[in-house]
Amino acid sequence: MSQFIIRRILYSVVTLFILSATIFLIVRLTGDPVALMAEASARPEDLERIRHQWGLDRSWPVQYATFMQNALTGELGKSFNYRLPVSELYFQRLPNSLTLGLAATLISLLIGIPAGIISAVKVNTAWDNVAKGVALLGLSIPGFWLGLVLILVFSVWLRWLPTSGSGDWRHVVMPALALGWYFAASMLRLTRSSMLEVLGSEYIKLARLKGLPDFVVIAMHAFKNALIPVFTLAGVNMVVMVNAAVIIEVIFAWPGIGRLLYEGIFQRDFPLVQGVVIMAGFMIIGINLFVDVLYAFIDPRIRLSR
Amino acid sequence: MARDAVLRVADLQTHFFTFGGARVVRAVDGVSFTLHAGETLGLVGESGSGKTTTCLSIVGLLPRAGRIVGGSVLFEGADLTRKSQRELRRIRGRRIAVILQDPMASLNPLFTIFRQVAEPAFFHQHLRGRSLRERVQSLLRAVRIPSPEWRMREYPHQMSGGMRQRIVGAIALAGGPRLVIADEPTTNLDVTIQAQYLDLLKDIQRETGVALIFVTHNLGIVAKMCDRVAVMYAGKLVEQAPVRELFDAPKHPYTRALLGSMPKLGSKEPLYSIRGHPPNLASLPSGCSFHPRCPDVMPRCMTEEPRDFRPGDGSVARCWLLDDVLTRS
Ligand SMILES: Nc1ncnc2c1ncn2[C@@H]1O[C@H](COP(=O)(O)OP(=O)(O)OP(=O)(O)O)[C@@H](O)[C@H]1O
Ligand code: SF4
Ligand SMILES: [Mg+2]
Repeated sequence: MSQFIIRRILYSVVTLFILSATIFLIVRLTGDPVALMAEASARPEDLERIRHQWGLDRSWPVQYATFMQNALTGELGKSFNYRLPVSELYFQRLPNSLTLGLAATLISLLIGIPAGIISAVKVNTAWDNVAKGVALLGLSIPGFWLGLVLILVFSVWLRWLPTSGSGDWRHVVMPALALGWYFAASMLRLTRSSMLEVLGSEYIKLARLKGLPDFVVIAMHAFKNALIPVFTLAGVNMVVMVNAAVIIEVIFAWPGIGRLLYEGIFQRDFPLVQGVVIMAGFMIIGINLFVDVLYAFIDPRIRLSR
Repeated sequence: MARDAVLRVADLQTHFFTFGGARVVRAVDGVSFTLHAGETLGLVGESGSGKTTTCLSIVGLLPRAGRIVGGSVLFEGADLTRKSQRELRRIRGRRIAVILQDPMASLNPLFTIFRQVAEPAFFHQHLRGRSLRERVQSLLRAVRIPSPEWRMREYPHQMSGGMRQRIVGAIALAGGPRLVIADEPTTNLDVTIQAQYLDLLKDIQRETGVALIFVTHNLGIVAKMCDRVAVMYAGKLVEQAPVRELFDAPKHPYTRALLGSMPKLGSKEPLYSIRGHPPNLASLPSGCSFHPRCPDVMPRCMTEEPRDFRPGDGSVARCWLLDDVLTRS
């Protein structure tokens, strides 16, 4: 078990390294941030001064080395645009994004898991077809479109909910629905297939042959086994929703990390984009470690192996 | 014998309806047999001949596409084919137990041995606490699990294959059944473990007087375990006889072919090599289903389906050859 964790951490370090190099290169391929923000009348020597100040006049390897050196000490650099440390900006927005991401995760779990179970238990019936239809809609309707429809219906026509902004729970409902929708569909599909596989297993057959009530067979024997892959997806989905809900946050003017990322990309704010991506990478790794520990709780084959 | 029959299966027919009913697989097609307390019936036949489907039909737990379309299953006097799933649940795991083929796969990897062995007693006999623990320990002791009070806290992956199979046996015994159906229970075990397991089943049968249906590919095991044998081919019982008669004087050409290709006891070789292939159960050959492969085929075999013949030594066989023998003598 501990050896397994050490190996996992080593992999994580390598992954973060590759991620940092990739995002470092990609942002630099988008163009020159100084040219973007300068006015047309700016003098070339002023632009040069800003480039020097931001460290952009040095070679890429030197820039990368500086970036990594700072990152290793927990410093993600200063945003070009906001002139504030990236970490400060990130943690300022994090609570908003967590609220939205958790609400959307909750929605996706509450819809996806029960619907997936019903769909698998009632496979090839009308129930299953309805669930499959919902999954197809969920995966094919884009979140921004759903977001706009929700705004039209609940804000413009019914006037129940505010169109955008943040404040109390009423601001969260629509963006969380629009964001969780797609993930609910992917949850549904995974739960269904995982449940179907387990329900076809020999130990479920034996559980039925013991004369156990259906509820015990499905809710205890099958569900616990089917849950394992579902957890992994839920963890990764949550990180994506917290860090990359770009379109939904822009539509609903939600002051979260997704919008920060959007602004960063738009303004070629290299440190900001790099910082957000690295933080998302960290979070994914953290969540995966957490899910692994959770597995060990559920599955004695992992818990009891050394 | 004046003993009451535990199980009386009559003209059982179970079909699978696939492609929305467009394709009908006659997996069990008119099977009849009777089983008494303390008796062991061997059910043999090639893969796909309908052995498992016969077993699952008895307990009413068929795959989704399967349905019993005819016949009856009289168990302790009541017809199980007319019972609801709710009523059947009270019989399954209590009066009738089924042992599945694969010991590795038939235990839930996430639950302790205790929990899995305890379930039938918990749900059927409503045992709790100390009496439940004692019951589980005595069941594990009955299947020769050493130090059961420790072993029952472990998980399936911590046990050997032979031990897992014996735990599945303990689960089968948990409800105090009158009938145990064992569907190829030893195929995945190595030879010595297999022999130990068979001895154990025999011992338990002697102690409890349970009736046993034993499905196997292995005729060596049949010779060792069974009182009577039923040979299944393409959904039908083509021959049924006391073990001695079947081995000494097989009546049906298919039985003779099986005996001719008999593997050594305990060998894992995939069964018999009989010329040709088993028929497609969705479109059976006309007349006798075995006629395309039969070395003794006669013209009438291709058009007329043989009926059961009883040559008088306690055996029953479905073959026109017996008609000739019986009428000539
Ligand atoms: N779920 C199902 N749907 C459709 N057909 C099925 C299904 N299960 C079994 N069958 C068919 O029923 C027939 C009998 O199958 P069964 O499993 O009873 O054979 P078997 O004698 O137990 O074979 P084996 O020795 O391989 O276990 C086979 O032709 C099989 O294709
Ligand atoms: S009835 Fe004819 S074809 Fe069928 S087994 Fe007997 S001899 Fe062979
Ligand atoms: Mg079978």
